[in-house]
Amino acid sequence: MSGSGVIIRGGRIIDQLGERVADVAISADGVIVGVDPAINAGALGLDGALELDATGCIISSGLVDIHTHLREPGREEAETVETGSRAAALGGYTAIVAMPNTEPTIDSAAVVQQVLDAGVAAGLCDVRVAGAITVDRSGTTLAPMAEMAALGVRMFTDDGCGVQDDRLMRRALEYSAGLGVPVTLAQHCEVEALSDGGHMHEGEWSSRLGIPGIPAEAEELMVFRDIALARLTGARVHIQHLSTAGSVELVRQAKAKGLPVTAEATPHHFTLTHAEVASYDPVFKVNPPLRSDEDVAAVKAGLADGTIDAIATDHAPHTSEVKEAPFDHAPCGMLGLETALALGVSELVEPGVITMQQLLALMSWQPAVIAGIESAHGRPVETGEPAHLVVFDPTHVWVVDPAKLASRSHNTPYAGRSVRGRVSHTLLCGVPMVMNGEAQR
Amino acid sequence: MSRTGSVSSRHGDLRNLLSIADLGPDVATGIGEVMTLTDSFVEVSERANPKVPALRGRTVVSLFFEDSTRTRLSFETAAKRLSADVMNFSVNTSSVKKGESLRDTIETIEAMGVDAIVVRHASAGAPRQIAQWATSAVINAGDGWHEHPTQALLDCYTIRQRLGDLAGRHIAIVGDIKHSRVARSNIAAFTALGAEVTVVAPPTLLPPSLEGWPVKVSHDLDAVLPTVDVCYLLRMQRERMSEALIPSLREYTSLFGLTESRAEKLAQHALIMHPGPMNRGVEIAAQVADHPNAVIIDQVRNGVAVRMAVLFLLLGSGTEWGGELDV
Repeated sequence: MSGSGVIIRGGRIIDQLGERVADVAISADGVIVGVDPAINAGALGLDGALELDATGCIISSGLVDIHTHLREPGREEAETVETGSRAAALGGYTAIVAMPNTEPTIDSAAVVQQVLDAGVAAGLCDVRVAGAITVDRSGTTLAPMAEMAALGVRMFTDDGCGVQDDRLMRRALEYSAGLGVPVTLAQHCEVEALSDGGHMHEGEWSSRLGIPGIPAEAEELMVFRDIALARLTGARVHIQHLSTAGSVELVRQAKAKGLPVTAEATPHHFTLTHAEVASYDPVFKVNPPLRSDEDVAAVKAGLADGTIDAIATDHAPHTSEVKEAPFDHAPCGMLGLETALALGVSELVEPGVITMQQLLALMSWQPAVIAGIESAHGRPVETGEPAHLVVFDPTHVWVVDPAKLASRSHNTPYAGRSVRGRVSHTLLCGVPMVMNGEAQR
Repeated sequence: MSRTGSVSSRHGDLRNLLSIADLGPDVATGIGEVMTLTDSFVEVSERANPKVPALRGRTVVSLFFEDSTRTRLSFETAAKRLSADVMNFSVNTSSVKKGESLRDTIETIEAMGVDAIVVRHASAGAPRQIAQWATSAVINAGDGWHEHPTQALLDCYTIRQRLGDLAGRHIAIVGDIKHSRVARSNIAAFTALGAEVTVVAPPTLLPPSLEGWPVKVSHDLDAVLPTVDVCYLLRMQRERMSEALIPSLREYTSLFGLTESRAEKLAQHALIMHPGPMNRGVEIAAQVADHPNAVIIDQVRNGVAVRMAVLFLLLGSGTEWGGELDV
């Protein structure tokens, strides 16, 4: 289809270099060969190129999600690498990092390779893999990080739970620094001694609803510990799905001291609060839990002032069978890939919390650095760069319909919500994976 | 007896009873209507043949995911006295044990044609979820730590029976507030009727946040007792020790148990209440439980009439049960 290249016409480019109106020409081998207000296809040898309309749209490097649950292997009834990749492409993502809490756990080269292969086979998105820090994420022995790093793994995490043992986490950080390639240990911060038995944020609503709570401090204690361990070891620590005002402040202080700490926040933690749980609908059950208004405000402030480096979806598909359970029996997690950009536009850019360029920094080039894939993704929209691009209309208003999502599961907490910002085209290596809002494979 | 007909018509919009707040925008009026109806059913219960045909042809299923012999018996007795057919879905021996989802269970039961589901569940909110899937009326017979609205209604009725109007009364609820559905429903009901509520407990047995709760808090039972019209004791569960919420039952009793000597601090008219089952010797001394002001047996007795009233409100729309009877 793009055998003769692609020309994207009429859009406004926003990247780390700034903002400009220009057409973008892409060669048949997926490289940007021209960025100019009025591209002449013939002059670039692109006669017969596919012309994509970007009028009224923003062109950016493709989005990068450093926190995706693809459920394969083991939970293919909820999501597969293919269905998750399609959801990602529709959401404007050209790269995603699959979390290792699969069955079996991604804690060895064999399982890493299996997921990487499935990503290539799907061919919808650049699927990268995060390996587990500990074997089977059980928090007892270190997983073979070097063999996974040899396959390109640059993030390690026991996501789904945090590494509880302080000494083991110290060792993991020390060990990771000697792999010969820069890697990042990412932490799901949750002290289980404080969170065990909890199903929502502890506070006004948990008290009223009679649901056991998870205090903000369960997260903050581990954020504090990991910052201390980053100082002790000098190794890079990434705080996943940071959700409380206290965590934001801890990361802010750590960064002020120059410690090698980065952090991500999810769309739901800047959009929804624990008041949603009043419906007892487990679609609002997530870990870390939806927090208070004050926490949401703090997360937004952290996104605005650079304390938080990335917006990550924590896309966590679950079948309706397991989600239609009593709240305290239902699993944690909500979909995110297909709504993240629109929520960023609607909740952050529209109200003036951040600029569009900041949003794209948080969703594309900054997470690319954390994931260690910045040589391929989150690149400026410039001649010579790989054409991993998203084209989206920041004014297009649409209503989230769970049945229309590409994910195999439907557990979006935004059903019926009107949001602004819709992906028109997503290009991976110059090939349209999404065109005019439709997945191409 | 025209009043019963008018009660049901005014409550045509009450489809489920999941929480005290469901009793309407004006909860006090809603509770008042249940009380009025309960008066009639108390009278029915005192007859030689305590049965009326009000819900003849209607089917009530009791769906208890958590054991509770007393509440189940109370609801089933209430339904039978209204001539409803009663089905008993026994969770322990059913498909639920085989992994059937809550939704499938509800859809299966509904397919058999039922008019009301009385549900007890260990999970807060389960009755609300069930109500979303069910077309029949759902009555919450206790969900986790959340609510137990018919318990609150029977408690209101029992207090009113002995002391009259609740407005201006001071009620202490003593014990494990944090884990208590009875406390949450009673606080909502008592305060809606104008009573003042003080919760008395060690801090570990209070909810993490009391923001928005219309209650006073005390950790000193001795100081509160002389000021109350009702001392409502909650059951103290032994597993709270293993959760490090209290050091020992002995220490709990020494601080928060209604011992004989402590009961002497109560006013002459003050009632002693307990939702049952009691731990005699823990939250309530054996002798205190048998005190003339202890209305614990009245609570159980009134429970049947209150549940008749609730079932009638939800299912009896349009029926003038009283008019058909020779009363």
